[in-house]
Amino acid sequence: MILTQFLARMSTVVLVFVLVLGASSGKPRSNRVAPKNLSETGLYSDIVTKTISPANLMFSPQYPLWSDGARKKRWIYIPPKQSIDAKRVDDWVFPVGTKLWKEFSFGKKVETRYLEKVGKRVWIFAAYAWNENESDAVQVPEAGSRNHVEISPGIRHDIPGIIDCKACHEGQGRDVVLGFNALQLSPERDPNAPHAEQVTPEMINLKNLVDQKLLAHLPKRFTVDPPVIAANSARERTALGYLSANCGGCHNSTDPLSTLGMYLKRSVDISPAAAKLELETVIGHKSKYQIPELDDDQSYRILPGDPSKSAIIYRIATRNPYRQMPPIGTKIVDTEALDLITKWIQEDLVNKNGEQQLTHK
Amino acid sequence: MRRLRSIGLVLAGCCLLLSALFLTASGKDKPDQKLISRGKYLVSAIGCNDCHTPFKMGPKGPEPDMTRFLSGHPQDMVLPPAPAAAHGSWIGSFAATMTAWAGPWGVSFTRNLTPDKETGLGDWTEQNFITTIRTGKRMGKGRDLLPPMPFPAFQNMTDGDLKAIFAYLQTIPVVKNKVPEPIPPAGTPAEAK
Repeated sequence: MILTQFLARMSTVVLVFVLVLGASSGKPRSNRVAPKNLSETGLYSDIVTKTISPANLMFSPQYPLWSDGARKKRWIYIPPKQSIDAKRVDDWVFPVGTKLWKEFSFGKKVETRYLEKVGKRVWIFAAYAWNENESDAVQVPEAGSRNHVEISPGIRHDIPGIIDCKACHEGQGRDVVLGFNALQLSPERDPNAPHAEQVTPEMINLKNLVDQKLLAHLPKRFTVDPPVIAANSARERTALGYLSANCGGCHNSTDPLSTLGMYLKRSVDISPAAAKLELETVIGHKSKYQIPELDDDQSYRILPGDPSKSAIIYRIATRNPYRQMPPIGTKIVDTEALDLITKWIQEDLVNKNGEQQLTHK
Repeated sequence: MRRLRSIGLVLAGCCLLLSALFLTASGKDKPDQKLISRGKYLVSAIGCNDCHTPFKMGPKGPEPDMTRFLSGHPQDMVLPPAPAAAHGSWIGSFAATMTAWAGPWGVSFTRNLTPDKETGLGDWTEQNFITTIRTGKRMGKGRDLLPPMPFPAFQNMTDGDLKAIFAYLQTIPVVKNKVPEPIPPAGTPAEAK
């Protein structure tokens, strides 16, 4: 008893010690704020002529996020003599000082989003709304700018608030960048990816990053054999790539929504057996979400051969704001992707006899 | 002297190790009753019951149906369409159960907070719960929470308070009740298919 009491007391002492130490290391914080105007972020060397600073590198992910048909341009700035750490192939660690920009145009420039890494685990987020004559863009309030501009009859584009940005970008123990990774920058681009931009010579890819020593610790096999999604058909490759980019930011095995057990992010550093297990969390898997008008237990995440019982199809195809997926960032259905995923489910996941092609639970 | 110091260091190390083992063992054996009690106190004080437990008519008027404690809008309750949009200074209406609310956002139904894995918070983590309150988005990632959920007020709570609430909610009786999805306001684009 005396020993127990002594240990309990010691535990308290140790606990206090640990808490004091913990408090001093604390949660990452920074007082840095984003500049008021886009012209102050370093994107342009001359905003009048829209000349991009030579320090910034243009890039284009092979599977772009659907943004209601916006034309997008993206740039990254990596501080001099620094490099991105690719030791964790699917979750790169960016050096402090990294900046990224993404410009959205609907006929004319509407907004540019901005990320800057200001501490070991600290990023600042901002969105800038372009003025009428496109001479500069001003940071929107923290809550964003709802219904900012009409992009289609009766449909208006939202510039996201900080919470919206973080909802997609923040994960568990990883940096916040989503579209700049080994799969997205692979030189072996998917020729069928929906809405992919034309690659131009100034766009950087995985090989360039390695050659220019801007990427460190990338296992050599990825430079010899650039990452490509393993799939049974070209259409499956495209479908999985689209789902990875548009859904996998949240629905993966490491971030907070991993509790849902639905893994749509395609890893490039994973064994075929593990990749198959991840696919089994989606294909042939019953859905907790019930498709309206179907009987209970009739909904699947994806039911091979039957898009009408596949919740993923239902949620991609609706813009009911309480049911749609993704839940933010889009108000118009991506019909090209809907067609792609529908055909993949209908035709590629079953054989000629209508039997499921793959063995799933 | 040096030997004494070495013995002291070894003893201190053993102490730390045993303390760590003691902490781990005691943590495994029993849930944190103090945390749960604090959660119970908070849940009763901030009025979770007022919307998340269906009301029924009692001898003295409407009262919470404690057999369905914090289980949200009853799945088998058939409601007529919400009254036509309120006008003037009136903004909305609510069902007699206090679990369905109509207003400019459409119709919202209060969620099942019991630890049922299929229909409640049984498969949520503490982090899922805290980020829901902190962001005003379902699980911190999904659709926005809807009125009348007063999450902006609850955002003023400390992480400790939110952890306590979650810990308590994981101990209340399980009620299997699949709450309907919210209904968007009239005029929202219909389903695309």
